[in-house]
Amino acid sequence: MSEIAQKVKNIIVEKLGVEESEVTPEASFTNDLGADSLDTVELIMEFEKEFNISIPDDQAENIGTVGQAISYLEENAGK
Amino acid sequence: MTLKRVVVTGLGALTPIGNDVPTFWNNLSAGVSGAGPITKFDASKFRTRFACEVKGLDVTQFIPRQEARKMDAFTHYALIATDEAIKDSGMDLEKVDRNKVGVIWGSGIGGLKSFEDEMIDYAKGDGTPRINPFFIVRMIADSASGQISMRYGFRGPNYVTVSACASTNNGIIDAFNYIRLGRMIMCVVGGSEAAVTRAGIGGFNANRALSERNDSPETASRPYDKERDGFVMGEGAGSLILEEYEHAKARGAKIYAELIGGGMSSDAYHITAPHPEGLGAYLAMKDALDDAGIDPSEIDYINTHGTSTPVGDPQELKAIHQLFGDHSFKINISSTKSMTGHLLGAAGAVEAIASIKALENQIVPPTINLFNVDEEIDSRFNLTPLKAQTRSLTTVMSNAFGFGGHNAIVIFRKLS
Repeated sequence: MSEIAQKVKNIIVEKLGVEESEVTPEASFTNDLGADSLDTVELIMEFEKEFNISIPDDQAENIGTVGQAISYLEENAGK
Repeated sequence: MTLKRVVVTGLGALTPIGNDVPTFWNNLSAGVSGAGPITKFDASKFRTRFACEVKGLDVTQFIPRQEARKMDAFTHYALIATDEAIKDSGMDLEKVDRNKVGVIWGSGIGGLKSFEDEMIDYAKGDGTPRINPFFIVRMIADSASGQISMRYGFRGPNYVTVSACASTNNGIIDAFNYIRLGRMIMCVVGGSEAAVTRAGIGGFNANRALSERNDSPETASRPYDKERDGFVMGEGAGSLILEEYEHAKARGAKIYAELIGGGMSSDAYHITAPHPEGLGAYLAMKDALDDAGIDPSEIDYINTHGTSTPVGDPQELKAIHQLFGDHSFKINISSTKSMTGHLLGAAGAVEAIASIKALENQIVPPTINLFNVDEEIDSRFNLTPLKAQTRSLTTVMSNAFGFGGHNAIVIFRKLS
């Protein structure tokens, strides 16, 4: 697992209070991990802080699963 | 129309001298101080470095961590005290018509620490706002009543009253009115505060309201003592279940006391100082007696506002003397803030509980640390110094006054 993927998982475990084993690439924040709309906003914000980037709203809307978050951040973080 | 009667059927307390009602009452009647050095933040540079903090509380024993982190401590306190009150009331949540159960909570400030933390975090950055989406809901004062309603499914009237240190009493009076008008069958009332924070201590230090007796925290809250030098900040919550009398009787509830009157007024004088002759306090106490339809001579005990500030304490006693005349000297008077500290918006809640437990046990809790009564105070008052007093109690009054000149008074009576 990439360093980014691990950090993403850690944030999700911490903020949503789920087990790491539940945080699979296909897992949806809202359908599988119990997040509501505010939780999702908080996750995006935590990703922004952790990776020191700004995720535009129109792109944040497309981040609904763990895998989508990891790929987005792997592509955009550290640039 | 005939007004319905309103009784108290459940109590819950989370205080600096006990995390539940039995412990709170034991310590209150034994004269235990809840004061100690501040542990919640580094207070080494503050004028006041002690407070009456809630101790030994593990919030996650009551609220799942994931929920708890979306709430400020004042909301944790509200939920924990209300859990106890609801359990104590014996209400069956499946049977009670929860559309007719309200929540009217009191808080003077709301989520002060949440506000501080977020803004301090923001100030450390480069100006880009990355405000947590739970920031507002943690902070706003009404989140306490909202969270209580969600936890129990109470769908009746729901809001928070804000009148500084009179907040809870205002909420109790509102609920009293709704229930006696038949608009609710039950209501969770009470208050919570969690202002032992940098802004809370620093702010009240700045207007010279706090005691600075750092070398002896446990004797710092000393209402009516000639060497009092300010109030001691307390924190915590008190929760009470108010219920329409016939409803309580029908379900065989334990009834602690009847709420028979509520009185309110404003000083219309100064934003922090009380009226020099205690005019607002007088008017509110008179309003409460009139509302209850009783004679002043029927009051046996007054749990005073008595914060231990130089200016506040004598004015309240002047107002009592003016209203009660010679009966003033037959009443037991005590300020339980000498033990709990001043819980600001939650003060009325824990003091209503103290008053009701006094009725139940026929014991007046003391004003501790009252070593030498201020010469400005008439020596004929029985201020219940140092030790609790046993006496026959039928009717008790609990006073609360707030910055802004708000005064709110409630009267409880043993059910006849």
